[in-house]
Amino acid sequence: MRKPSLRAYRIIALFLLGCLLFNYPFLALFNVGATAAGVPVLYVYLFSAWGFVIAAAAVLVEGGG
Amino acid sequence: MAKRVLIAEDEPSIVTSLEFLMRRAGFDTRSAVDGEEALSLLETFHPHVVLLDIMLPRVSGLEICRFIRGQPALAGTRVLMLTAKGGQREVERGIEAGADDYLTKPFSTHDLVARVQALAADTPLRIAPGPDPRFPP
Amino acid sequence: MLEGWVIVAASFAYIGVLFAVAWFADRRAAEGRSIIRNAWVYSLSLAVYATAWTFYGSVGRAATDGVGFLPIYLGPTLMMLLGWFVIRKMVRIVRLNRITSLADFLASRYGKSALVGALVTVIAVIGILPYISLQLKAVSTSFQILLGYPEIVMPPRAGTLVAMQDTAFYVALLMALFAIVFGTRSLDAAERHEGLVAAIAFESIVKLVAFLALGVFVAYGMYDGLGDVFARAAQRPDLDVLMAPLEGAAGSYATWVWLTVLSMIAIVLLPRQFQMAVIENTDERHLRRAAWLFPLYMLAINAFVLPIAFGGLLHFPEGNVDADTFVLTLPMTQKVEWLALLVFVGGLSAATGMVIVETIALSTMVCNDLVMPVLLRIRALRLTERRDLSSLVLDIRRAAILALLLGGYCYYLLAGEAYALVSIGLISFAAVAQFAPAIIGGLYWRGGTRAGALAGLSAGFAVWTYTLLLPAFAKSDWVGAELIEHGPWGIGLLRPTELFGLSGLDQITHAMIWSMIANVGAYVAASLARRQSAAEHVQATLFVDVFQQTGEPGSSWRAATSAAALQALVGRFLGPARAAEIFAAHARGRGVKSVDELEGDRDLVRFAELQLAGSIGSASARTMVATVAQEEPLGLEEVMTIIDEASQVIAHSHRLEEKSRALEAATQELKAANERLKELDRLKDDFISTVTHELRTPLTSIRAFSEILHDNPDLDPAERQRFLGLVIKESERLTRLINQVLDLAKIESGLAEWLTAEIDVREIVLEAINATSPIFRSRGVQVQTLAAESVPPVVADRDRLLQVLLNLLSNAAKFCTPGKGRVQVRLAVAGDRIRVDVEDNGVGISPENQALIFEKFRQVGDTMTEKPSGTGLGLAICRRIVGHFGGRLWVESEPGRGSVFSFELPAAAAGRLVANA
Repeated sequence: MRKPSLRAYRIIALFLLGCLLFNYPFLALFNVGATAAGVPVLYVYLFSAWGFVIAAAAVLVEGGG
Repeated sequence: MAKRVLIAEDEPSIVTSLEFLMRRAGFDTRSAVDGEEALSLLETFHPHVVLLDIMLPRVSGLEICRFIRGQPALAGTRVLMLTAKGGQREVERGIEAGADDYLTKPFSTHDLVARVQALAADTPLRIAPGPDPRFPP
Repeated sequence: MLEGWVIVAASFAYIGVLFAVAWFADRRAAEGRSIIRNAWVYSLSLAVYATAWTFYGSVGRAATDGVGFLPIYLGPTLMMLLGWFVIRKMVRIVRLNRITSLADFLASRYGKSALVGALVTVIAVIGILPYISLQLKAVSTSFQILLGYPEIVMPPRAGTLVAMQDTAFYVALLMALFAIVFGTRSLDAAERHEGLVAAIAFESIVKLVAFLALGVFVAYGMYDGLGDVFARAAQRPDLDVLMAPLEGAAGSYATWVWLTVLSMIAIVLLPRQFQMAVIENTDERHLRRAAWLFPLYMLAINAFVLPIAFGGLLHFPEGNVDADTFVLTLPMTQKVEWLALLVFVGGLSAATGMVIVETIALSTMVCNDLVMPVLLRIRALRLTERRDLSSLVLDIRRAAILALLLGGYCYYLLAGEAYALVSIGLISFAAVAQFAPAIIGGLYWRGGTRAGALAGLSAGFAVWTYTLLLPAFAKSDWVGAELIEHGPWGIGLLRPTELFGLSGLDQITHAMIWSMIANVGAYVAASLARRQSAAEHVQATLFVDVFQQTGEPGSSWRAATSAAALQALVGRFLGPARAAEIFAAHARGRGVKSVDELEGDRDLVRFAELQLAGSIGSASARTMVATVAQEEPLGLEEVMTIIDEASQVIAHSHRLEEKSRALEAATQELKAANERLKELDRLKDDFISTVTHELRTPLTSIRAFSEILHDNPDLDPAERQRFLGLVIKESERLTRLINQVLDLAKIESGLAEWLTAEIDVREIVLEAINATSPIFRSRGVQVQTLAAESVPPVVADRDRLLQVLLNLLSNAAKFCTPGKGRVQVRLAVAGDRIRVDVEDNGVGISPENQALIFEKFRQVGDTMTEKPSGTGLGLAICRRIVGHFGGRLWVESEPGRGSVFSFELPAAAAGRLVANA
């Protein structure tokens, strides 16, 4: 059997991180009425976490051929 | 003042012929039948030209050639390499070791004399015979 | 500006552009310059995920749930990360097995079971139909609203209009037309639709641009940026709750989690997603780009959902405008007509993309996994005997597309108003989620069986129907509301929305929990309950271990047919011309000239089956091929040997390891052999080079003296005589050398002539001493002979033996100190051997040189004073001569004390055998 590459492990780790970020209890931390620059923090948090996962995915899968 | 030619060759009959040819051409000549003798003659005789057999016993012609090129005192000494194998590799090794010219045995005696004369003409006369202060006795 | 005809014209213009894009892509594909073989196009085509539901419904959901719409997009983001593992595996399986749809995939996985395929098709059609109707509803509603411009009027309820006047009806027909034109033009084994993919990618761009334009307009045109929208919303107490809308782990968070899971499944298993991501994939590597680009697309299209939702809620505080229509109504209130039209086109784009791909995917399933298997089994139709079935297959698909759209339209008429857009979509998501256990198990668990798949799918689908579809029907008054409220027969525990008393959850979460328990439970239990059949095991292994396979899957067909029969069979579905083309190409690939030369072997049968699978599905293909070829019954033994790929792979890799070790060893041997050859080659070169050298040396003297004598006629006579003498001496040396080289060459090559006879060694020894006595005398060396009176004869060549002795004696003379030298020659009998020793008291030979002197051209001696006069070949020749007569020649020596050269020869009695050998 072929062993998964380091890149494969990294992608799976990112998947697990994504599962964590997009879930309870992290969401609960930001599920408050506060705003950042006028925008609700939950909204800011979700979109930045989402953006981070996408950017990390891009770096992971496209980097190094 | 005649220029000096050192013959370094282990084949007696070839030595005889070379000695004759060099004397006829007006050179002062000494002969060495192996590398060691050639080295000691280099120090004492200070030849302008060395006729050097590449397959010399004890110390090879190539070694002697390198020795000559490593000695500032012998900077003016010209080396004519004689090779009996005639392979290109042999010639290359001779040139690398610092030979000025080479001839493959058997050679034309006219050609040989002409080349030695050309090499001798290229040599500064001031290479003096006798002990040089830079060489230990 | 926004009169009815303008909207209709814009819609038609847009559809026209779509046709043009698709047509262009198809033409490029035909020319071999595909535009969809591109990771960007692939990623964009996946955005068919964003339907009218996203376009209109996300805002609607955001208006009630805040960020609650996001899990539907976060799930796919996570799933795409796993795409390289999961989707790529599916792509590989699909390519290797010519799978054309999700139903085909599952049917093929579970032993090419037609029943599994049919069940999946039924679930998919029932599950997706509401989703299609949702798209029709969206287009129709948006059209009605736009038609009301400049008034903002909510459209009348569906069903109050006669079909002929209803936009949705025409929309359905138009979409059916597009799907038919680009989805069912021809049957092809690969079943790819380049034009379709290009059109979908184009639509993805249109809807994104439209939505972003609207978002920017709302956030920055109507309000002062995002902060302003949120700040104003925060002042409204009824909206404030949307800022932090999540609550309690069992409530919103559970919903959140389930929606994420649902959408993770949906992004792969919705028929349209499976079509785009797996079937239409042209290159596995495109998945890398899609892993981030597609999530980025979703992030972009959702970025302005909340601002638009809040903007709408702020703008229509009375709540008389449906939040699902904010996208359209907001630009209308601001009288920005072009934007309203653009948004309409964007929504149209989202809806058409979904409907077209979904219906094509479903029609393939309906045709290949539902209709064809049934038709082929009805013997009365004699379909299996018909010549050309390709048009029939295409017609079935066209009819299926039309039927699906009309079905969607009917659903829209009858039930469409009951739910908001999002809820309808989620019901469909939950339906396709029922495929997940069978698919995931099918990909990773070899033990999943056909029975398991059937049980799981049935159980899951039943629970889905009971807990989601039934309540939906109830809302449309199709079933009594009391069933929902009190349960069947008044049994409270069986209430569809609070099954077994599980309450406090939203409907989707509730349905998912129960359906997944039923589905997974039944799948696993039924799989474990009974052993797999051989065919199932084969397929399971093919799927699970797809990455370990190198080529096409193995075959279970027995050769019992001809190439012509197979071609005819394939021709019935793909058309005779296409079949001829495919078979001719296959023949070329196999290295034979024409199809006639192809053997109807199991590979060819398998090839034909794959071609058919591409057009009518694996289960039907199997049925069809069975009509011309016999299936090989798989015995248990064969199953054990052929099938367990995993153990085979392991064994294979073991063998490979062994082989590579063997190869390594062989390489080492080869290297060594090569080294030996090189060494021999070098020795040969050395020999030639040495011979050359040895020849040139006397030549040099001869030429030099000749030229001197020629050029100097005035030489004195004595010197002249000396030089002539040298010329003669060197000439002799040259002659001797040439003779010896030839001699040695002869001996070595076996060409030497030997005059063998029984000879007396004693006589030869004495003759040799006699012959060399002048040399000894001239050097002042004493020779002593100790010879036995008589020795037995030996078998040898007299002259050669004499040559050996002369050589040894002259060597002895040469290396003795002149005047002090003593040489002793001994002849004795040693057992059955005659032994001769030649001892001198010369310089001796050092131990390291004792072996060398017998080699060619090795001269060891006192070279300080003079060059040895030999050729360096003498001892080499001597040793060979002695060896030839079965004897040996060796030396014992001590430097400074002299040497003893000895040889032994067998006495005649023993020697005859050797000599004659």
